[in-house]
Amino acid sequence: MTDPFIRYVDLRKSFGAKKVLDGVSLDIQHRETVVVLGGSGTGKSVLLRHTIGLHRPDSGKVFVDGDDVTDYSEGRLMEVRLKVGMLFQAGALFDSMNVFENIAFGLREHSSMAEDEIGERVRQKLALVELPGVEELMPSDLSGGMRKRVALARAIAMEPAGLLYDEPTTGLDPITASAINQLIRGLQRALGVTSIVVTHDIHSAFTVGDRIAFLHEGKLLFTGTVKEAQESAEPRLRAFLAGDGAPAEGR
Amino acid sequence: MGDTLRNALEFVGALASLLLASLRRFFARPFEGEQIGRQLHHLGVRSLSITTITAVFTGMVLALETAYTLAAYGGKLLIGKAVALSIVQELGPVLTALVMAGRVGAGITAEIGSMNVTEQVDAIRALGADPVKKLVMPKLIATVLMVPALTILADFVGILGGLVISIVDLGQSASFYLRQVITTLTFRDVLTGTGKTPIFALIIVLVACHNGLRTTGGADGVGRATTHTVVVASIAILVSNFFLTKFFFVVL
Repeated sequence: MTDPFIRYVDLRKSFGAKKVLDGVSLDIQHRETVVVLGGSGTGKSVLLRHTIGLHRPDSGKVFVDGDDVTDYSEGRLMEVRLKVGMLFQAGALFDSMNVFENIAFGLREHSSMAEDEIGERVRQKLALVELPGVEELMPSDLSGGMRKRVALARAIAMEPAGLLYDEPTTGLDPITASAINQLIRGLQRALGVTSIVVTHDIHSAFTVGDRIAFLHEGKLLFTGTVKEAQESAEPRLRAFLAGDGAPAEGR
Repeated sequence: MGDTLRNALEFVGALASLLLASLRRFFARPFEGEQIGRQLHHLGVRSLSITTITAVFTGMVLALETAYTLAAYGGKLLIGKAVALSIVQELGPVLTALVMAGRVGAGITAEIGSMNVTEQVDAIRALGADPVKKLVMPKLIATVLMVPALTILADFVGILGGLVISIVDLGQSASFYLRQVITTLTFRDVLTGTGKTPIFALIIVLVACHNGLRTTGGADGVGRATTHTVVVASIAILVSNFFLTKFFFVVL
C-alpha cells in the first residue's frame, strides 16, 4: 500500500489554555474524500489549517505527499500550498480584485503563463464551477453561493492534487448547499483530487464523503465509511447525527 | 509595570522584524512595481488635499499669532522669520505626519485588519504568496517616499499661508516677507525638518500594518485596531520628534 496523501500524527494544538487538538491522527489516501464532522469549536478548521502550515502544531507531525512538512519554513511551505488548495469558509475572495484577478492570482504569482493562457485557464475553471461569464464582477456583486464557486475556481486554478474545504455549505440556503455538494462530488470525479471537507452539515457529509472522521473536543472519536458512521455505536456520534446537542458540550 | 514594559518592548521588536521582512521582500522577485505605484497614488497623492489644507491654515495662524503676541517687540517685522522657521523645522513635518497617521495609518489598519478577519490574508498564504510582500512592503515603500515629499510641499504652502496674511491682514509687501524667509532659512533647517519625516513614515506604516495583521474579532476588532494605530502612531511621532530634533541639533 502506498503512503497516504495527507497524514496527521498525534497532532496537538492549544490556544492559550484552550486545548483545541488533543492528539489527532488521521490518514487520507490518494483520491479519497474524507469528511471531518463535528460541532462548532471542536477544532475541525484548525486541523484543516495545519495541512498547509496556516497553523503550526504544538506537537505531532503533518505529512503531505510523503514529506514531513511540520517544520517547513514559510518559504518552503509554498511547495505544499501549490500541491494542496484551500476553500475558505466565506470564500475569502480579495475584495479589491474582480473575479478574473482573484482566480488568476496564483497563476500570476507562480507560473510564467502568458496573459491569454491565464485567461483561458480562468474561463476553464469558471466553467468547471458552472459560473461562466462573471470575470469582470467584483466579489461584492456576488451572492454567497457564487462567492463559494469563485473561491473554488481560485483554489483549483493551479490544478492542485489536494483540496481542503472549510465548511463549504455553511451560510447557504439548502438548494444552493445541495448544488455546492454536487459540485464537490463532480470535481472529485473530474479532477481526481484528494479532498478533506470540514463541516457540521450531516447531509453534506454523507453526500460528499467516502469516509467520515468525527471530531469531538479535539479528539477523533470515530473514523469509517459513511455506512459505518450511520451504524456506529459511539454515543456522541449517534447523538450528533440525531441532533441531540453533543456538539454543545464542545463549546 | 513589568508587563507593560515587556509588552512595549515586544511591540517594538515586532515592528523591527516587520521592517526587516519588508526590506528583504523588496529585493525578492517578482518586483511589485504595479502595487507600489498604486500605493504611491492611494497613500500619497490622495493625501495631498488634507496635508495642504493643514499647512496653509497653520502658516496663516502662525503669522497672525506672531504679529499680535510679539507686537510690543516689533513682531510684525519678524513674521517671515518666525513662520519659516516654525513651519520648516517643526510644524510642517509633525503636522503632516500626524495627519498621515490619521488618514493613512487608520486606512492601512482597517484594510489589512478586515482582510485578516475575513481570512483574505490566509488566502494569500494559501495561494503560495507572501502577505508581507503583497500587502506590507508596497505600503512601506510608498509611505516612506510620500511623507517627506508631502512635508516639503506643506513647508512651501505653509510659508505661502503666512505670506497671504502678512499682505492682506498686516499690510506688508510680499518681497519683504519673502526676503526674510530666504535669508533666515538655511539648508540645515530644511535638512533637520525633512530628515525626521522618513522615521515618522516608518512609525505610521509599521504600526498600521502590524496592527492590521494581528487583528482578530470581526468588525469590533477592526475598529479597536484602527483606533490603536492612530493613538500609538501619533504619540510615537510626537515623542520621537523631540529626540530626533535633539539628535539633529547635536549632530549637525
